Amino acid sequence: MEGLKVSKAELMVYLHPSKSKNVTQAIDNEFSSMLFKYDETFDGVLLAYSASTKNELGKILPGLNPYFGVKTQAQLLLFYPKPDMFLEGKVVKLGEHSIHIIVLGFSSATIIEEDIREEFTHKVKHGEEVYASTVNRRHKIEVGTIVRFQVKSFDEEILHISGSLLQPHTGSVSWLDKHAEDANAESNIKKRKGREADNISASVDEDSLSLKTDHKNRKSKKHSKGSSR
Amino acid sequence: MSCDLFQGDTEAYDDIIGNMHTNVRLNPDDVAMLVTILRGLSGAVSYIDVVHHRALLSSVCGMSLWNYGPDVMDALVELVVSLAASSGKFVDLCLDMLVSNFIPPYNFLEILKQPRGLAKKDQVLVRVHSALKGIADLVPLAPSRLEQIVRERVPNVFAKEAQIVVYVENMLMLAGGEMGHLVRDAMIFELVNRLVDLDVDIGWDEVLQDDPSKGIFEMELNDMARPVDESEMEMEEPQREYSGRKVLWGNVVAQKLDTLMVLTFDHLQSCYQSGRLDQVFKALLQSFQSTVLNAYKSKFAQFVMFYAFHLTPKIVGHNLLVSFLKSLQAPSIRKIGGRANMLLMHCRMSAVSYLASYMARAKFLSASYVTIILERSILATPQLKSQLCKMPLEQIFKHALNPLEVCLPSIVEEFLRQCDAAQLFRVSGTFAFHGLLESDLSRAFGGFERLDLFFPFDPYLLKKSDKFIRPNFIYWSMVRTTYDDEDEDEEVTSDEDEAEAGVSNGRGPMSFEDDEDGEDDEFDMNLNKMSITPRNSSMLKYEEQHRKMQMPSRIRPSTSPESL
Repeated sequence: MEGLKVSKAELMVYLHPSKSKNVTQAIDNEFSSMLFKYDETFDGVLLAYSASTKNELGKILPGLNPYFGVKTQAQLLLFYPKPDMFLEGKVVKLGEHSIHIIVLGFSSATIIEEDIREEFTHKVKHGEEVYASTVNRRHKIEVGTIVRFQVKSFDEEILHISGSLLQPHTGSVSWLDKHAEDANAESNIKKRKGREADNISASVDEDSLSLKTDHKNRKSKKHSKGSSR
Repeated sequence: MSCDLFQGDTEAYDDIIGNMHTNVRLNPDDVAMLVTILRGLSGAVSYIDVVHHRALLSSVCGMSLWNYGPDVMDALVELVVSLAASSGKFVDLCLDMLVSNFIPPYNFLEILKQPRGLAKKDQVLVRVHSALKGIADLVPLAPSRLEQIVRERVPNVFAKEAQIVVYVENMLMLAGGEMGHLVRDAMIFELVNRLVDLDVDIGWDEVLQDDPSKGIFEMELNDMARPVDESEMEMEEPQREYSGRKVLWGNVVAQKLDTLMVLTFDHLQSCYQSGRLDQVFKALLQSFQSTVLNAYKSKFAQFVMFYAFHLTPKIVGHNLLVSFLKSLQAPSIRKIGGRANMLLMHCRMSAVSYLASYMARAKFLSASYVTIILERSILATPQLKSQLCKMPLEQIFKHALNPLEVCLPSIVEEFLRQCDAAQLFRVSGTFAFHGLLESDLSRAFGGFERLDLFFPFDPYLLKKSDKFIRPNFIYWSMVRTTYDDEDEDEEVTSDEDEAEAGVSNGRGPMSFEDDEDGEDDEFDMNLNKMSITPRNSSMLKYEEQHRKMQMPSRIRPSTSPESL
């Protein structure tokens, strides 16, 4: 899953004079008040942190309340979903018009009808709603399934993601992973066989194509990770 | 629908919106139409745009569940839930709409207590709360928004009683509901804030418009002499008063507070019955420390705590006392600057008042328990203990600065009478403030009249919620004094009688299981006798030290608790 990073930060934390007795705790409080909220300076949602100060001296700001600044080094675990990233989450509700997903237990995501590729059709089986693939019978999305989807947009205020299942390698994670393994194994066999005969089936072609794009995406992900630091 | 809009033909769209605004005398066709529209919209939520469909959104949010039958309600609730889950932009809007449905429209306020109104209320609130839960399931951060919205929309002190009451009922439903673990603390905090708000709106002059020549004790005795008459309760005369007893009838604010107190007590009781009191208690204690304790002479809100202690006195009461004592013992008081110091002083004074008054009035606290608490928390420190033993009480009271002059005169009189009877000491000089409710000096010294006129757990004056407090409360008339009163029928007699009386009142003679070391023995023995008439002055020192901090009523229970 993309969208998670660990950042090292040098920050100046401004504390109220009344907090001067226990600075460590005050810094802790400052950070914990930012948890699960989007912060522009971090460009992401703070999920976890560890902060420390090396300098004993604070800088006092002039003013009515002489706030003082403390230099802090922190390691931050951030969640920063950006368009076109691939995220994973658990399906909590399915309907004819939408799929509702919760990512990492706190961020909600919705995939609307328009953004579900035509391969999936909505069915009601034994009173339970399911999105089933017409191409692969075993590829199903139901309540409780972990799905991989692409980010369309991210609402920073309420941490709501609008997602899509248009890309071919999106859908149920367990199926995708299993299928990728199978396809890998299969393609290895095919390679060996390929020397003997050149009759590669169309479906395998498709699969290897999707694997290639997946590979590319992973590469670009690494690249983007590096640059974001 | 949205296609029409972009093509400039908005007739159908306007028609839809128009349908949402008709809520009076709907015929079956209208209902069917409305349900169809709402269900259609729930299917199309992903196409609703926050800017382009502003009119539609505001109409949806303007609909009140109270105006419709079950079919429309269901469709509307379904729409709101799907709308909230469709995009982050609508979450606040939808939560706000649901919270606004906590309170019925004006025309429903009247019939809210009739069976018809109650049935409607059930129908609406069940749907509102299930919708809130539904949204929380899909949007995990929704409860934190909800918390904020609920706190912002609480009706103010001037709102109608029915509005406040139904809103608070909803808050308590949230706190006790499936999302309880997420929003409970905020709800309890807000509730206590509201109670304090209403509380401070009732002036002290309304409570204490009594004959100033009458002492506090006489007032209380009169209270007990007369059982409260139901027919009198119903009369809507402002400030009915009889022989010193005052119940705040006509006072509208007091009535509101009264009803909310009943709700709160009921909630606490249900929490207790379902074993959830511990969870609520933490929030309650925190909000007590941050709001009630600092509220200037709050009158009734503190009884929420009193009642909570009653439900589980052992664990809970101990928590309270320990936290009180911690705030009392704050050692670094001198290191902090002037203003902070003042605040801390006030906090200390309130804490002492609460602690003393609580121990004096709580019928469910056994005497042995009180002493154990005192012993463990104060006397455990050897320094404090020796200070207490050597306290030159007599010298202090007879000092030229005359500390007794800054206390409430009636209390001082009672105190001196008891001291005299117990042969502790005699004050030779007469106090010249007979007949005054408060002395001028106390105003000057105590600062903000704090020292002399604040007894947090004085008899409870709200009529409806009184039934929760009354059985657990010690009134002055139930207290036996150390002296023989001429006009009193009962006589203080032998020790056996007293012991018996103590048992019958739930305050048995004390026993100490844990004598830790020899040093403590002497002290324990003295404490042992605290609840029994002290005969010699040495043991009275502790008694008096103890009593100094509290309302004199907690001395000993009377032989005849017939008043209950």
